[in-house]
Amino acid sequence: MAQAHVEGQQHPIGIYLKIWGLLFVLSTASYLVDYFHFQGYLRWFLIIVFMLLKAGLIVAVFMHMLWERLAMVYAILVPTLLLMVLLGIGALEADYTFFTRGVFFLKGLF
Amino acid sequence: MTQAIRTNTGQALPLPEGIQGIVADWSSDQRAFKNVPWGKAMMWIFLLSDTFIFSSFLISYMTVRMSTTDPWPNPSEVFGLTLFGKSIPLLLIAIMTFVLISSSGTMAMAVKFGYEKNRKMTFILLLCTAALGATFVGMQAFEWTKLIVHEGIRPWGNPLGAAQFGAAFFMITGFHGTHVSIGVIFLLIVATKVIRGDLDHERPGFMTGRKGKYEIVEIMGLYWHFVDLVWVFIFAVFYLW
Repeated sequence: MAQAHVEGQQHPIGIYLKIWGLLFVLSTASYLVDYFHFQGYLRWFLIIVFMLLKAGLIVAVFMHMLWERLAMVYAILVPTLLLMVLLGIGALEADYTFFTRGVFFLKGLF
Repeated sequence: MTQAIRTNTGQALPLPEGIQGIVADWSSDQRAFKNVPWGKAMMWIFLLSDTFIFSSFLISYMTVRMSTTDPWPNPSEVFGLTLFGKSIPLLLIAIMTFVLISSSGTMAMAVKFGYEKNRKMTFILLLCTAALGATFVGMQAFEWTKLIVHEGIRPWGNPLGAAQFGAAFFMITGFHGTHVSIGVIFLLIVATKVIRGDLDHERPGFMTGRKGKYEIVEIMGLYWHFVDLVWVFIFAVFYLW
């Protein structure tokens, strides 16, 4: 990691072609999840795994994060973890809204 | 006043690795991002802010989708294509995904040839990237036309189910499509600079006094890969949910 480069980021072309191929395979795989109508937790597990693998490959190799210094990597990637908080708040709020809408629209049930 | 004589009393400090490296880089009383051109660090910071924008859209979409009591239109059917009398689910979106991934591949190679100062290959690959990007936008225009004209989907409602579908769809894909379109223009500008030899002769660019260098191809690439990255998330959470 972080070898001294003559100028900029120079890597053999093979690694880009391999990652490109891998991205094609992963995209096909996530398309097939829909094509074969996987449902429930299996569907979600596969979709999220393929999504994160693709995102990781793009950021690490195509965007050269793999070869940057850690000070840079952490400055960019750590703040995105804050989004998990927003995601959690959004999910809680949505559940609550769904519940109150249920109460409002289906008064008879409660 | 006499000019101070320059003596070489010290050399650059070694750059430690790992956690020590992070502490050393950030506390060095110099620029924190070593080995990274200024423009590249700025592009990364811009992309971080853009990440938050797109995440806000996607999380809002999740919130409205989870909280609606109406059935959500099935994306698999809405975005299907009928080929030779057989309907294939989500085909258009799958093709768009492959087009965008291919453009990312050509972009990555353009960056590589750029640093090798191979002007012609860089130019050709940048043009391929722009062409694939334009194809993507064209397919998106086709998709929007199909949804607006044939399916009657509007941001405020649609005949297929939950009204929030249109709002989320047009907002998210519209913002992403805008990014792709800006990227295509940006790519054509960088390609022009490359083929004119602006970067080889270090001519300063428009609105800047900084010398033109091949790092601008990599900075362009970061933006382009980010657009592809966002599509990965849109594809997973909007089309496959």
